[in-house]
Amino acid sequence: MAATLDQLFVQLLHGMTAPLPEAIRPWVALAISLGAILAVFGLCFGITTVCERKAIARMQNRLGPNRVGPYGFLQFAADGIKTLTKEDIVPRTADQVVHFLAPLALLVPVVLTFLVLPFGRNMTAMDLEVGLLFFFAAGASTELAVFMAGWSSRNKYSLLGAMRAIAQMLSYELPFILSTIGVVMITGALSTTKIVEAQAAAPGEWLARWHVFTPWGLAAFLLFLIAAFAESNRSPFDLPEGESEIVAGYFIEYSGFKFALFFMAEYLGMFSSSGMAVTLFLGGWTAPFAFLDWVPSWMWFFGKLGVLIALFIWVRGTTPRLRMDQLMDFAWKFMLPLALIILPTAAIWHYAGRGWLGWLVTAPIVVGAYVLLGRSLVGRRRIRQRSYRYAAT
Amino acid sequence: MPSHGGATAKVPTEAGAPRGPDAYRLTAGDNEYDDGSLLEISMGPQHPSTHGVFRMDVVLDGETVVKLKPVFGYLHRNHEKIAESASYLAAMPYTDRLDYFCSLTNNWAYALAVEKLAGLQVPERAEFLRVITAELTRLQNHVCLAGFLMQDMGASGTPLMYGFREREKILDLFEALTGARMMCNYMRFGGCRCDTPPGWLEEVRKVVDRFPRFLDEFENLLSSNEILMARTQGIGVLTRDLAINAGITGPVLRSCGVDYDLRKVDGYGLYPKFQFRVPLGDHGDTYDRYMMRILEMRESLGILRQALDAIPEGPILDPKSKLRGFRPKPGEAYGRIEAPKGELGFYLISDGSPNPYRYRIRPPSLINLTVLEDLCLGHNVADTVTILGSIDIVLGEVDR
Repeated sequence: MAATLDQLFVQLLHGMTAPLPEAIRPWVALAISLGAILAVFGLCFGITTVCERKAIARMQNRLGPNRVGPYGFLQFAADGIKTLTKEDIVPRTADQVVHFLAPLALLVPVVLTFLVLPFGRNMTAMDLEVGLLFFFAAGASTELAVFMAGWSSRNKYSLLGAMRAIAQMLSYELPFILSTIGVVMITGALSTTKIVEAQAAAPGEWLARWHVFTPWGLAAFLLFLIAAFAESNRSPFDLPEGESEIVAGYFIEYSGFKFALFFMAEYLGMFSSSGMAVTLFLGGWTAPFAFLDWVPSWMWFFGKLGVLIALFIWVRGTTPRLRMDQLMDFAWKFMLPLALIILPTAAIWHYAGRGWLGWLVTAPIVVGAYVLLGRSLVGRRRIRQRSYRYAAT
Repeated sequence: MPSHGGATAKVPTEAGAPRGPDAYRLTAGDNEYDDGSLLEISMGPQHPSTHGVFRMDVVLDGETVVKLKPVFGYLHRNHEKIAESASYLAAMPYTDRLDYFCSLTNNWAYALAVEKLAGLQVPERAEFLRVITAELTRLQNHVCLAGFLMQDMGASGTPLMYGFREREKILDLFEALTGARMMCNYMRFGGCRCDTPPGWLEEVRKVVDRFPRFLDEFENLLSSNEILMARTQGIGVLTRDLAINAGITGPVLRSCGVDYDLRKVDGYGLYPKFQFRVPLGDHGDTYDRYMMRILEMRESLGILRQALDAIPEGPILDPKSKLRGFRPKPGEAYGRIEAPKGELGFYLISDGSPNPYRYRIRPPSLINLTVLEDLCLGHNVADTVTILGSIDIVLGEVDR
């Protein structure tokens, strides 16, 4: 029963493509997978927007959307209809072609990154040998789309937003990728499926071998997550949209469904980088404990994804925004050196036998690097708590 | 054609819109900044963080502000002239609309000026009520300021909503006392309009007793937040000399270490009777301006507790004051108080007629706003909105 449930979607796809001729079978399978990804994550996007608004409203003593459907949970459908029927306004002086292409150029690469994510056992749409490389290549090309949007709108705020977005995304691309190299070194594979399989519990062990359970893996996971916040332009790194400063940033001149596409691409980007974080560090679809193996694998994946998305929402409701120069300082002076230090630490972990000796050697390196780099970052800015005096009398 | 260093082509504006880099020049060719490297942006009057219809004409080098021109007057509604053509009492509701966050302190400043002009005495209970309402006003103004400042910093509204939750309790008190939440129109010449409803003072005490818990929570969450400190410390430094020369008052002045609080200096109302301290800052930056408000709220709570303990029974209006046929003797008077935003003054000249001959307001928001460019130059465009937020303006008072 458990095995059937686990492979339910795989069997379904197999059954659908089995009657077809051999030559076109992989293509049809890919097309169906892509359609399924779009449908599932499109729905996830809708539900996440409602959940986010509800959760943030809860943090702020408000009710949030509560008019459409039970507890307002159909708000996303109403929003979708609204954006579809709204007038699509294009500035007269905008570069019409680029302005039109930008939201598409943003959405397509984001959707492509989902192809290499293993959603469950045997559930990778396109199991590439270089899956990780494909993920980063497709993800990085969204930067061009952001700049296209900002430049073609012929609006000064959008230009500033695009400028910020390019600087931010390029800077955070480095720690984003470097923090994953340790995983590649340890597992010796770029294939996402193999990376997940390497994290499953070995026979006889009760705890899974998730990379986040190691000192270098924990640090790399946090780095990856912070970089993912920046890559998906989420608070506290939402400078390219910086609502209170540059109004809406690069998509200020987009309305109607084009705006919805930007919005959707942002959320899908958040899903895909969270999914990659799950794959690389949280064991993908594997269970944390060996005795929980009976739970279908895709449930593990989506459960972990949900936890990370909740973290994204929580942080958004809590933190103020950084400033551009502070953002750059953080990327280049803290995250990049830390990512570079974590790389040899992973190697030491490998050769120190992955046991208590490994912990003893690598944990001090990671903690020491964190403390030293953090001190130098904060110390340079002379930030401290102050005490205040009162006037005499 | 060889290009000359710094020379720029005149961009045709009629024949189609310019494309490429020229598209981003606001006034190409006839502008002192026009060497193609600067970007001129008009922030406002429709902008999320200008706190109303306020405009900042900002010239940016990259993201650094090299010139900033505040433009206001969008909300001008001829308040002073209207008040000169109306009777003294008829101007009282108009003062509510000056700084619409703090209508009660506006009322008090105007009532104080007229009382000086007409020589009216305020009964003790009315003075206590004035102190209580003014300090409640200060609490709700400062708590909203802190919230709006975080909003400008991009904190997605959470601190703002926390602040609004507390403000709501105080507005409920105002509604119970005066019948209106924001446009209170409560003070009269020689006293107050109405006495407290039964049990009102106990309700005030409940709010005052609960407030420190909120302040502690707010401070734990924010005052030592690393991002907040990084965004505000050393940003928008106001020097002591500039502050004094520009006539800055209120918490903004005290944040650069000048001990000037009209409650102590003038000792108007009953303030000499109360024990409270005046917090002073040493840096004059955005963080100090923020902290001044937080510390002042704690002192206000102390004043409120003392006032609630000592408030006597008695009349609330000077029997000599009259609503109809109010004609002060010819003369002039200047009444000023420490409003939450700074020194709020009303200058009146009477010629013996039922309406003032001259009616002039000294709005703290407007005068504190004059140093905006000095504070913003050389900082990032993101800092201009936090600096503006920390100055604490209300456009109703700036434009009048």
